Amino acid sequence: MSTETSGISGTSGTPAAPSGPAPAGFLRRALRQKRFAFGFTVTVLVVLFAVVAPFFAPYGEKETAGPPYAKDGVFGTDYLGQDVLSRVMHGGQSVLAISVLATLLGMVVGVLIGVVAAYAGGWWDEVIMRLNDVLLAFPQILLALVVLTALENPASWVIILLIGASHAPRVARVSRGVALGIVSRDFVVAAEALGEKRSRIILAEVLPNMTGPLLAEAGLRLTYSIGVVAALGFLGFAADPGAANWGQMMNENRLGLQTQPWAVMAPVLVIAIFTIATNLMADGLAQISQRGDD
Amino acid sequence: MTLEATLPDPLAEGAPPRGRSGGAAWALWLARRLGLAVLTLWLVSVVVFLATAALGDPVRAILGRDYETNVARREQLEAQLGVGDSIVSRYLDWLGGLVTGDFGTSLANQLPVWEQISSTVANTLVLVLLSALVMIPLAFGIAMISAHFRRRRPDTVIQTILLALAGVPEFVTGILLVALLSTSVFHVFPAVTISTLDGHPWDEPKGMVLPVATLVLAVTPYVSRIVRATLLEVLDSDYVELARLKGIPEAVVMRKHALLNAIVPGIQVIALQLAWLAGGVVLVETLFAYPGVGKQLVDSVRNHDVPMVQALSMIIAGVYIVVNLVADVLSILLTPRARTAISS
Amino acid sequence: MATTTPDAGQGHEVRATTGLIIEDLGVSLTGREVDVVDDIDLVLKPGEVVGLVGESGSGKTTVGTSLLNYSRAGAFISSGKVLLEDRDVLKMHWKEVRKLRGEEIAYVPQDPASALNPSIRIGKQLVELQQLRGIGTSESRLQAARDGLAEVGLPTDDEFLKRYAHQLSGGQVQRVALAMAFLPKPKVLVLDEPTTGLDVTTQKMVLDTMAELCRAYGVSALYVTHDLAVVANIADRVAVMYAGQIAELGPRDTIFANPAHPYTRALLDSIPHLSQARALKGIPGRTPSPGRRPDGCRFNDRCAFVVDRCRQEVPELRTVAPEHEARCHRVGEIGTWDINLGTVPDADPEKPRDVILSVERLDVFYGRKHVVHDVSFNLAKGEVVALVGESGSGKTTISRSVGGLHKDWTGDITFEGRRLANSARRRSADDRRRMQYIFQNPYLSLNPRLSIEQIIKRPMELFGLAKGKEATERVVELMGQVALGSQMLHYPASRLSGGERQRVAIARALAAEPDVMICDEITSALDVSVQGSIVELLEGLRLERGISMLFVTHNLALVRSIAARVEILQAGRVVEAGSVVTVMDTPQQDYTRKLLSNSPRID
Repeated sequence: MSTETSGISGTSGTPAAPSGPAPAGFLRRALRQKRFAFGFTVTVLVVLFAVVAPFFAPYGEKETAGPPYAKDGVFGTDYLGQDVLSRVMHGGQSVLAISVLATLLGMVVGVLIGVVAAYAGGWWDEVIMRLNDVLLAFPQILLALVVLTALENPASWVIILLIGASHAPRVARVSRGVALGIVSRDFVVAAEALGEKRSRIILAEVLPNMTGPLLAEAGLRLTYSIGVVAALGFLGFAADPGAANWGQMMNENRLGLQTQPWAVMAPVLVIAIFTIATNLMADGLAQISQRGDD
Repeated sequence: MTLEATLPDPLAEGAPPRGRSGGAAWALWLARRLGLAVLTLWLVSVVVFLATAALGDPVRAILGRDYETNVARREQLEAQLGVGDSIVSRYLDWLGGLVTGDFGTSLANQLPVWEQISSTVANTLVLVLLSALVMIPLAFGIAMISAHFRRRRPDTVIQTILLALAGVPEFVTGILLVALLSTSVFHVFPAVTISTLDGHPWDEPKGMVLPVATLVLAVTPYVSRIVRATLLEVLDSDYVELARLKGIPEAVVMRKHALLNAIVPGIQVIALQLAWLAGGVVLVETLFAYPGVGKQLVDSVRNHDVPMVQALSMIIAGVYIVVNLVADVLSILLTPRARTAISS
Repeated sequence: MATTTPDAGQGHEVRATTGLIIEDLGVSLTGREVDVVDDIDLVLKPGEVVGLVGESGSGKTTVGTSLLNYSRAGAFISSGKVLLEDRDVLKMHWKEVRKLRGEEIAYVPQDPASALNPSIRIGKQLVELQQLRGIGTSESRLQAARDGLAEVGLPTDDEFLKRYAHQLSGGQVQRVALAMAFLPKPKVLVLDEPTTGLDVTTQKMVLDTMAELCRAYGVSALYVTHDLAVVANIADRVAVMYAGQIAELGPRDTIFANPAHPYTRALLDSIPHLSQARALKGIPGRTPSPGRRPDGCRFNDRCAFVVDRCRQEVPELRTVAPEHEARCHRVGEIGTWDINLGTVPDADPEKPRDVILSVERLDVFYGRKHVVHDVSFNLAKGEVVALVGESGSGKTTISRSVGGLHKDWTGDITFEGRRLANSARRRSADDRRRMQYIFQNPYLSLNPRLSIEQIIKRPMELFGLAKGKEATERVVELMGQVALGSQMLHYPASRLSGGERQRVAIARALAAEPDVMICDEITSALDVSVQGSIVELLEGLRLERGISMLFVTHNLALVRSIAARVEILQAGRVVEAGSVVTVMDTPQQDYTRKLLSNSPRID
């Protein structure tokens, strides 16, 4: 279809302008939405728990509290006789830190790739997205596992790097899609015609109009980060095999599920609550950014 | 703008170009798609090789503390991996093997890789196909119920449940199912799959229930939510409005006008999720000790068994590429606009 | 079932129908006590075409679909009756309504391209309803479909029936929609802006077909549109809507010659004519949306004749003359109105020209496609040159090449004797500053995240014209010039109406202190009354600042009122050029004559 409207006078329908909402009002409006408000509150609570709990834990991280798989304490003890409650309280920090950093890394790299591909267009876009497709052929966990094959004990930064790298192509695809809808708009063309610097066009004209969808994507990526971090722990790939870690705890105590279910169920439930909350939050953000000023 | 130029003159309302050479155009298009798939697969092989062979030192990882002391074993491993050669020639050797069907020899037990993989590939395929068979009708059914109650109570409840499920990692769902149905609350299904050396995991059907259920629970929410969103979008479209204003009964509107146009995005998301299943099985198979590629992959990664990991990741990535290719072709065949664009 | 043959244009018996009576119709938003439209009384006599005219936000489409007992999501029909042969459509059981739709009351949609199902062949879509209701045999249905297509002047062969909607042109799709509506021989037809987006030639063809069919079958039609000129050509009677109510209702000739309502008069004052240049005037302010409509007369805040009574008492529709009603307290007090009041002399073709921009031998390409062929023209200081053509004529492509937004062209574009580089980026900052581009759609051309101040200030900062406080002062000054209040300084662009946004876009262009402005269809996304005020503004700028303008449009009448010279384009070539008076009064080329004769006119 031509972009010209060829009625004899003005078309009556005003073309819907999918304008992104202003950042300040965004959070306020978001909090009025039930789904986001719930997800956000629970996420904040879990994060607070992970950050503060180690200071209140009744036992140390690697301290033996009693015989293995005993019913002592709130949640009993684990396969080494460590207190499950204390392990859960200690085990959040690393999961949280790794997830957040990996999400940040994946978002920054992915958004950069996606926006540059969309803005450059043509041949560049084609090549960048083809290479992106190659990385997309690896399921997220697979990319991490393949690299871990040749490493002995992966350091935390390696895990952050791997999870971030597995997010980047997915974020790139999403942000390219969002950016494509923006770079074709006339205000970007207008900036081009004025001769604005390309970097300024991306930073000042394109990116501010993407915040809504990108926030939603970040929430989704955080959910997946938590999942992958926990999964790596569950599969037994962690920097410090003795440290408390929600994912690892499930693996360590799996054989005792019958006798001492809480040793597994406590970390399982925390992860489930955490991921449900972040996902609700992400979806709330997505809905608000889609609906615009509604 | 740019599109204006591609429009034919509206005054010349002749027939649109109808390619007499439609068949040739199709062949060309298909060849291009296949070529791209092969190119992607080749680049995947580069990534797999570099990640496993160039980033770290697998020999050191295997031997750990014995690296300095057990010189004989070290030299034997290095010879098998060809550590002395240049990285390019090692890659070309490996690629040559892949193309001719020789996947190399496992470092862990010195058996040919293909011999160990063939049966696990079949086991995983069965698991994935079973899950897909349950998932597809379930997801579409839920989506249609949800779309029917659009934005009213039942829809909101269904969507919130799906959303919650979509966030939870698959192995967490799996453990919850195990706790509920096999160890702690009820004792209905076995927590692990037991299969003898010669037998298949599905010889004991009860053992298949929990792995399949876990995968279905992991994938259905996505598919269902996207199909619902597409259905709602189609139901809001001008042509559905016109169909209603023409007096077409609602059931026919739903079946002929709406579902027909919602099916393509449905296929896309199913393909994406089938491809995801190829990776999702890694955790689920490990959890249920199901003898498939996923569990084998995890074991091989633990053993730093480079040739095994290389072969298995190539298979998983290959499945992804093939499934996507099939979905692309299907989508184009089912979209008249895209179909006619190719044949002309 | 009476079968029709393609040549049976006048062979149909005119059925005796009673038409359609609408009484006190009201539509409200769900959940809020807000009327979208209210107090609508209208009669469609048998065989009559009634034009329902209104600008955006007037509620005209809402009234249209209400006749089929249908309202869009979020609204519901809250009161009134729609009587078809003494049966109230709004009280019917939904099964009856479904049967009635299509068979007795048919609907022709606004955007034909999106209203046909993209994955069903048109032959099937045409006969779908008959098939579902089990009318006729499959052969007779197929024959009926072919006859229907023949009646609207489309091919009837199998190949055509097998096409999908996307394989047809815009005019063809709309005629298919017409054929589909006429196939079950309805008694009443609701047409919702069926020619929006079509070129004048195609529009003319569709309108003629529609009028022919209505006459042949004795169908009463409600033609919903924003376009007064179209209504002047096809309607028997006209209802003018404003803010959810009918403001004036009367026979076509009365409405155009003796409008009684101040709104109708202002609307007519804002419309350009083909025969003579006019000083177009807009209506100040904007149409209030449901829930924000003023007390008393809804037009009181924009009316030139307002008195206290208008703000306090709600006016009723009052009879001005037989068949002629207006909703105004001051009917009869405000004097007569003459369409010729706005007439001004045409631009003088003999005026000496001082060329500032010249385009020579311009060829433009999109990839391998050659879309503009050997175009040459020039633009003098303080002059408006119009590029006119239908879609696909290359007019926008040329303007984008001149503005440096499209760089795949050859030839010479010379600005004050200097040859310009192909893309804006490679031109000097001063050349970029002195030539400003204004876009068609103001909803896309302003960054919704920036405030009005930031948007207008940017060119000043970029070209080093002013900064800081001084720049802000200049922004306020410019906003005054384009008639925007300074309270909008910190508004985000998303809070403005279409007309206000276009003013901001003009102010942004002015901020660079340009010598040439390229206006790419800048009024075509706006309502006519807003178009009038934008044209008024541009004319003032030209006279005060001596800015030259390249004005791209498809609207020949508008050209007469704004431009001194015109280039008529067809398929990427200039077919005729010259001063506006010469070209429009004594066209030399068939194509120009055809465009002029197909353009709907009210003079």
